[in-house]
Amino acid sequence: MNGGLSLWIGGGLVAVALFAAAAAPLIAITDPVMGANLMNAELPPSLEFPFGTDAQGRDIYSRIVYGARVSLTVGIVSQICNSIIGVSLGLSAGYWGGWWDDLVSGLTNLMLAIPSLIFALAIMAILGPGLVSLLIALGLTNWSYSCRLARAQVLSLKSQGYVQAARILGYGDLRIMFTQLLPNILGPLIVIATLGMGGAILAEAALSFLGLGIRPPFPSWGSMLSEARDQITTAPWLSVFPGLAIFFTVLGLNLLGDGLRDILDPQSTTRRGA
Amino acid sequence: MLLVLGRRVANIVPTLAAVIAVIFLLFSVLPGSFISAMNEDGRTTMDPAVMDRMRKEMGLDDPLPQRFVKYLANTAIGDLGTSFRTKEPVTKLVGNRLWPSLKLVLAAMAVAIAIGVPLGFIAALKPGSAIDTISMVGAISGLSLSQFWLGLMLMYLFALKLQWLPSFGYGDGGLRYLILPALALGVGPMALLARTTRAAVLEVLNADFVRTARSKGMSESRVVEWHVLRNALVLVVTTIGLQFGSLMGAAVVVEKLFSWPGIGSLLVDSVFQRDIPTVQGCILLIVTFFLAINTLVDMAYVAIDPRIRYR
Repeated sequence: MNGGLSLWIGGGLVAVALFAAAAAPLIAITDPVMGANLMNAELPPSLEFPFGTDAQGRDIYSRIVYGARVSLTVGIVSQICNSIIGVSLGLSAGYWGGWWDDLVSGLTNLMLAIPSLIFALAIMAILGPGLVSLLIALGLTNWSYSCRLARAQVLSLKSQGYVQAARILGYGDLRIMFTQLLPNILGPLIVIATLGMGGAILAEAALSFLGLGIRPPFPSWGSMLSEARDQITTAPWLSVFPGLAIFFTVLGLNLLGDGLRDILDPQSTTRRGA
Repeated sequence: MLLVLGRRVANIVPTLAAVIAVIFLLFSVLPGSFISAMNEDGRTTMDPAVMDRMRKEMGLDDPLPQRFVKYLANTAIGDLGTSFRTKEPVTKLVGNRLWPSLKLVLAAMAVAIAIGVPLGFIAALKPGSAIDTISMVGAISGLSLSQFWLGLMLMYLFALKLQWLPSFGYGDGGLRYLILPALALGVGPMALLARTTRAAVLEVLNADFVRTARSKGMSESRVVEWHVLRNALVLVVTTIGLQFGSLMGAAVVVEKLFSWPGIGSLLVDSVFQRDIPTVQGCILLIVTFFLAINTLVDMAYVAIDPRIRYR
């Protein structure tokens, strides 16, 4: 696919999700939790309720709009945490080397050995359900890629002239890392963070679906699917729309990440022939 | 080859020990234990004397280093403790679930490889063509799907509407029960493999040795067969190995959705029952399996690429 096209489509989809999250109270039809009305229970999609209603008569469209807040918060905040952890460890390990590098590399390998969803699940099991636990569980378990990338890039950059010059000018280690090295590796890191956001949104949905994330009645796309599962025969629209919301948001982030990679990462191989 | 295998297995041991330490610490140091949780959920109020006795029996009052050494020593001889709930050995509980899980994960990966790799290969040979565009749009869509939602939709369509396949359960362990969960689980790695294969083949097609092979008059099919395929396979095999990790994470959710009696559903049930020895056992087994797969992948490199030698 064309890089420019995926950037625009991806950016568009992400913008729609961001708008839904920001303007949720304005564009929702009813209150997502209190809007229950048993007169309207399990109505299929109609003009009045575009995505139908659930067993308690709550409007699915309104709940999806509010659910965007959870998904995007989880995606953005957890990726900021992961990026900060990964970049700090990777930069310092690559720059300082020695025992610190050995320690960080060992830690990274350990993180890669435990499947991240399993790790997050274990943390959720200990902390209990809720948004804060989700942010901690997903913000601490997915930093190994940015760490490896930052480390590898710094190893190749640190012998370059401008880094040596900065050292001769008497810059401190931290100043060199964050003002000289970081700007040069920011591109690929942004790509990783964008793709990671999609992964975090999928993980939130999975954990909430298992009952370990956001608990009903509060709307998150995963918790809506977890409630909808039992009614799949009588009310399939309950399952269809939250799933589509997840799909289009994550697709948007993945397309955006791909498009950004073409612009920011000259070494990427996906660019050739595309 | 045997020596290489021995070295690789020896390399796993420290990682595994570290994983055991992390799992142990996660569930031991943090506040809240099985017994206090039993009180907190409000359904049971326990006599403090009974609580004290339970803590003693489970060894929860011993100092932490002592408990850790005991746990490590027991794990080393294959004793994962006793389930808090069923009082059965965890090794047995987990062992019963191993085969269904293995079957599901391997079937999903087989589907992913059988479709994803050829698709990526064809796309790379004709970059910019209709088949390239379609398969890459399909691949990025597959990567964006939530696997359990896909499973739910497959369940609705093929089991409830068309009634071709059973909607959930393990049944007699036959293929009919395996198809839907394996498909739901396989689409993600399939999409990633298509993308990786395409990128790897494109990279190799631009390499000098391919140009040399062509310029000396080698036929295109021979170039692809001899030079491109083998070189691209290294990256593809790496991706397959690494994908097993996220596959086993996703399998937890898919198993739960389809009521598949694997390690994943045991893990989730044990989390809700606060059955900590079983939770630890499940995680340990999943990690061990993942590390074993990646060791096999490392071995496969040697077979695929003669330039890779382990000293």
